[in-house]
Amino acid sequence: MAKTPTPAELLPGLSYKPPEKGWMDVKPDFRPGTYCNPAAPKWMEWINYPYPAARSIPEDNWELPKDWKEIVLQGMEDRLQRFRSLKVFFDICVRCGACADKCHFFLGTGDPKNMPVLRAELLRSVYRRYFKTIGRVLGEIAGARDLTEDVIKEWFFYLYQCTICRRCSLFCPYGIDMAEMTLLGRELLASVGLNIDWAMASVAQCYDKGSHIGAPPQAFKDMVDFLAEENERITGINTMPSINRKGAEVLFVMPSGDYFADPGTFTMMGYMLLFEHIGLDYTLSTYAAEGGNFGWFISHEMGKRLNAKIYAEAKRLGVKWILGGECGHMWRVCNQYMSTWWGPVDFLEKPVSPITGTKFENASVHKMVHISEFTADLIHHNKLNLDPQRNAHIKLTFHDSCNTARGMGILEEPRYIINNVLPEGNFVEMPPNTIREKAFCCGSSSGINANENMELRMQGGFPRANAVRFVHEKYGVNHLGCICALDRATLPTLLEYWVPQVEITGISELVGNALIFPDELERTTDLRDRDLVGFGELAEEAGEEEE
Amino acid sequence: MDFFKRHFFVALSAVLGLIIIAYVGARGNLQLVFGVVVPYMAALIFVEGLVYRVIQWARSPVPFRIPTTGGQGRTLPWIKRDLGDKLDNPSDTPHLIGRMALEVFAFRSLFRNLRTELVKDPDNPEGARLIHWSYKWLWLGAIAFHYAFLVVILRHLRFFTEPTMGLVLMLDKVDGFLQFFTPAVYLSGVVLVAAVGYLLFRRITNPAVRYISLAADYFPLLLILSIGITGILLRYFFKTDIVAVKELAIGLATLHPKLPANLSSLFFVHLFLVCALFAYFPFSKLMHAPGVFMSPTRNMVCNNRWVMHVNPWNYPVKFHSYAEYEDKFRDAMIEAGIPVEKEQ
Repeated sequence: MAKTPTPAELLPGLSYKPPEKGWMDVKPDFRPGTYCNPAAPKWMEWINYPYPAARSIPEDNWELPKDWKEIVLQGMEDRLQRFRSLKVFFDICVRCGACADKCHFFLGTGDPKNMPVLRAELLRSVYRRYFKTIGRVLGEIAGARDLTEDVIKEWFFYLYQCTICRRCSLFCPYGIDMAEMTLLGRELLASVGLNIDWAMASVAQCYDKGSHIGAPPQAFKDMVDFLAEENERITGINTMPSINRKGAEVLFVMPSGDYFADPGTFTMMGYMLLFEHIGLDYTLSTYAAEGGNFGWFISHEMGKRLNAKIYAEAKRLGVKWILGGECGHMWRVCNQYMSTWWGPVDFLEKPVSPITGTKFENASVHKMVHISEFTADLIHHNKLNLDPQRNAHIKLTFHDSCNTARGMGILEEPRYIINNVLPEGNFVEMPPNTIREKAFCCGSSSGINANENMELRMQGGFPRANAVRFVHEKYGVNHLGCICALDRATLPTLLEYWVPQVEITGISELVGNALIFPDELERTTDLRDRDLVGFGELAEEAGEEEE
Repeated sequence: MDFFKRHFFVALSAVLGLIIIAYVGARGNLQLVFGVVVPYMAALIFVEGLVYRVIQWARSPVPFRIPTTGGQGRTLPWIKRDLGDKLDNPSDTPHLIGRMALEVFAFRSLFRNLRTELVKDPDNPEGARLIHWSYKWLWLGAIAFHYAFLVVILRHLRFFTEPTMGLVLMLDKVDGFLQFFTPAVYLSGVVLVAAVGYLLFRRITNPAVRYISLAADYFPLLLILSIGITGILLRYFFKTDIVAVKELAIGLATLHPKLPANLSSLFFVHLFLVCALFAYFPFSKLMHAPGVFMSPTRNMVCNNRWVMHVNPWNYPVKFHSYAEYEDKFRDAMIEAGIPVEKEQ
């Protein structure tokens, strides 16, 4: 694996000045550390994806099928006919450049082809050449170019340097959405066998076993058992959930990152404590053990093939409604596509909180409630017994996940929870141009959180880390909160690189820390076994001194 | 020649070519062609082209509801949403109309524009950091240009109507309120040329924007700039015969075209450039004007979770069913104490 340059090596080389040569003449530099490995054939075979082959990026020959050009052009035509978005976005860009310095990959790499406008032109130039008379006739001067293998390689390079975060789309005067074009462009790549291994492996595992991490049912149960034991060890409370239980009121679906690895696991422990605290009648599923959806990072169809399991399982188990954990792209998928893909969800009921009686009118059709909405509602109705002092060691700032911020608009709920589980003054915001709908992406979402492209990830996450460092230095922030499992998976690496003093936490972990149970053990540590400030021995000593 | 020069000079040559064609044509007794035939053709191409293009777009369905949300969404009733949230994340049709109106009339998204720069910072171990600040110049240039152009077009209606509409007369007064020069200088003309000049200047001098610019970006700017300049020349310096222009315009508008004798060649250049702009419009990026109304990230209500969106080409997909899954893992599930459907 390529050695990742240090921050001090990376930044001085960063410049936003484009090269002398015109962009059509510049080929991508497939330097180790900047691209993801192509998908191993076995994953593609698992899910019947076309043209599996052992490929290598540095090789000239990418093992494209013989008629790759026809396939791609036919695919583009099909998508133009099926997606008005693609047609309109191809036709109406005026290249004003408002999107340019909004993209974290452009800001992190300085590569002009990471300006969303130019990333789109990589596709658009081919569209003009084959679907527009003027491009057919005038060629380059009309911004058109032939579809060659080099163009395909360029697509592969740059469409996997877009995390479909939509920050560009927010600033575009016409709402042109690079995310949409990236997704459809990736579909074209997949149609000739080009996929990335990290995403494809997760997809195949999820398809076959139930989650991206590829845990079979017994392993899933082991992990959940372990987290329940951890909860019991720390709080004395038995939080063991039921698994695949028919007739539960609620099916809880979380991203696999939450039960797989730190710090996501602490968020999972937080969920379990919360549900135990309120006595929620819920179950987990080993079959729908994945809320996240790497399939959507490859194609709309694959997204649907993975997502379908959630409703199917809810139907089989006969639950009333679905509760969803903290995850960004999971929620973008559930919000934008889920009920459209599935059709009417008549086997579930309109979600009603059994604790507060709140009817979640905003989820009346797709019947899935976000954990932040659910928790905020509980707090609002005073149903949780909380001690914010148990989070006194945490000075928090909050990172809005791109998908929940710009794909649905969950901004206030997590902040409301934070303000109720943290002591006053322990929560500060990052600069306003870097949060809420203007949030910067973690730089590793959309299936590119692999290891082999670490340099790229650190570059892409630089704008986010830069804002975190600002509040770290100014206010002493030591934790970055988020409601996204990919954030919890990727931001620790990013901050370790740029701002090593800041840790990542899910919001439900903070809730778990703060919950008071009547019959709990005396709490001296948080869910991560770190000493609480002002509790336990230290507090007793302080108390004795006062006496 | 490098990419920028090639694209810039092709656009410039095209505009100069149009000017020469019109000038030569007007001198060469082709005034009927340039005064009557071309304007009708341009109008026809504009209308038909526009309708054709919009229908082409509309033929493709919108399979998913994908609005880009720019504020707090509708969730729990007590979660605070101010008017900005409701407009940037509309949960009903009135607010959606508000969002589109802001976008169309006030360029809301462009108003949000920021500039981000990497600045030297000796306090950081890496020696630099990013700063972001609100940057409204592009918005200002764009909005000044579009509104000035609108006023100029409306003002020109006085040539097409007899008697002139009250609104146009009023606009005329407001636009010329400075009472400077004779005839009174219209602000809109000055703003139009200045704003187009700024947009062109920005496109050429900003390295990133120049890098992405095509001939199709320079051409409309140069064309509109030429239209503005010829118009200003016609009004203030090489004064054209207004009565004759009005005669021609009314003739065209009433489908009884008449070609007055004393129209200058410069006038024909101006008219031809306008015709070129109209004819070019439907086949160019200028289609962003109707396009913004059809942009799915802006023109849809953010109500996915309580109103189902139907995809007309939705099709069933193969997914790993629970039965297949249990068949595969049954033994392990039973051993781990996980409930199963079939106990064998």
